[in-house]
Amino acid sequence: MKSAHKKAVAGKICVYIILILLALVMIIPFLWMLSASIKSDREVFQMNPFVWIPENPKWSNYKEIWTKIPFATFVGNTVYLTIVVTALQLLTSSFAAYSFAKLEFKHKNGLFLAYIATIAMPWQVYMVPQFIMMRKMGLNDKLLAIICLQAFSAFGVFMMKQFYEGIPDDLCEAARIDGMSEYRIYAKIMLPLSKPALSTLTIFTFVTTWNDYLGPLIYLKSQEKKTIQLGLKMFISQYSSDYGLIMAGSVLSLIPVLLMFLFLQKYFVEGVASTGLKG
Amino acid sequence: MSKTKTKSGSFLSRETKRNLIAYSFIAPNFIGFCVFTLIPIIFAFALAFMKWDGSNPIQWAGFSNFTRLTDDIFFKAALKNTIIYCLGTVPLTMIASLALAIVLNQKVKGRGIFRTLSFFPYVASLVAITSVWKMLFHPSKGPVNNILFNVFHVPQENLPQWFSGGLVLFSMILFSVWKYMGYYMVIYLAGLQGISSELYEAAGLDGANTWQKFRYITWPQLSSTTFFVVVMLTINCFKVYDIAIMLAGGGSGELTTSATVLVYYIYQKAFIDWDLGYSSAVAMVLFLLVLVVTIIQFRGQAKRDKA
Repeated sequence: MKSAHKKAVAGKICVYIILILLALVMIIPFLWMLSASIKSDREVFQMNPFVWIPENPKWSNYKEIWTKIPFATFVGNTVYLTIVVTALQLLTSSFAAYSFAKLEFKHKNGLFLAYIATIAMPWQVYMVPQFIMMRKMGLNDKLLAIICLQAFSAFGVFMMKQFYEGIPDDLCEAARIDGMSEYRIYAKIMLPLSKPALSTLTIFTFVTTWNDYLGPLIYLKSQEKKTIQLGLKMFISQYSSDYGLIMAGSVLSLIPVLLMFLFLQKYFVEGVASTGLKG
Repeated sequence: MSKTKTKSGSFLSRETKRNLIAYSFIAPNFIGFCVFTLIPIIFAFALAFMKWDGSNPIQWAGFSNFTRLTDDIFFKAALKNTIIYCLGTVPLTMIASLALAIVLNQKVKGRGIFRTLSFFPYVASLVAITSVWKMLFHPSKGPVNNILFNVFHVPQENLPQWFSGGLVLFSMILFSVWKYMGYYMVIYLAGLQGISSELYEAAGLDGANTWQKFRYITWPQLSSTTFFVVVMLTINCFKVYDIAIMLAGGGSGELTTSATVLVYYIYQKAFIDWDLGYSSAVAMVLFLLVLVVTIIQFRGQAKRDKA
């Protein structure tokens, strides 16, 4: 009996050691980033002795990054894009999904098939013709191009539909008998019930738009239109040895996404687990 | 919205009214989806058979774009690298995320914190986090090579050049596993929670050890989750671009044959060489790769549903 208990304790200790090692692997790059962001370029790679917090933290890195490149403009553009895209995505896809999940109408299957057929189609396959089309529409070098590109994904409709189908039809039926219009059923009954799905979609859209690189690279050419990712990449290739500044910019670019994630993560794990889509 | 309603009261049939309401829900998304996704997709298929530089008149090219592919060494390098990257990333990420999920499925303290931490790499932007990796693995100054030199006494000239030559694909794979394992871990976690604890109790009574429990209960019970994870991973690996550009790209973001990938080649052919037809032909190869994986997924799903 005693040996079994000993074995269980040993097992527990093993599990904790593995977990702590894994947590370190996950977190060290982030800690390094924070640490390097308050160091001078000479201190960043100093190994003997290595210190996490330098004696004289160089907080000025966080000030300098705003003047060395138009960081505020980049942040402004990214915030604007992310908010508009996320709002449009949530609104239009939950709207369409309600129809696909709860209403009967002509050509329903055909229309939904159009979404399904493209869900596995990588954007990279059609990014070139899409660019040519948008250029024709006069959207080249316009923030609107990125909005059009990100806001109407098949994925959003698909995910919301999956979720709505889990809500009993009886709820809508009862409301219909009470004389509620479909628009009110959507707004008063379905939306309040779909918090987990909406939160998951918010995180996905927010993270994708905030971190997107290739889309802005193709469309946004002028300096005042660039997003944080483009601006940061440009800064890295221009001042490749200003390590402290690069790290300060990186930390700043991560804060909004991490905050958003921490804020909504309770629903996110649930949402990923139930829909399990997108990577 | 209200227009259809008032009108319908008098001369629209119930069915038409019902259809119009349904379409009004779909329209905002579907119009955007049609214009910015569906039409470009159709255009992409057509473009692969054309010769066009974006400004002069389009010419019909037949299959010549595809025959050109067969003796293009850059294309072959891109295809080869993409496939090697997939072959490395898919199994390693799968194993890592499954292991992580199994550990986190135990009753351990601070489980929530670990789960949150493992998601950090997934939400972090590539530009920011790759610049950290490039510093950590810096060939002459980085701490990783520093440890190899000082602790393991690897001679200076043998220190690995992580982001060039033969090692670059390996570094990309390592980075991807680190970045994406947290995401797939959550999917596995959901799968693990679906396994009935009675199975383990019964196996425990029969004297099964931990490995046997994994081999004969966990692994087979997770087969559909594993299948899904592998398919998603493979499709996402085919689309790799940013990771290559940011870890291995030169100052202006160009890639050499040792690190070039399909999406990079699509981008380069279109937006640098303005050889749009040829670029679309490369895109079709990417599409075919994804299509094959998707068909395998559908087949597997159908088989599973039957069983």
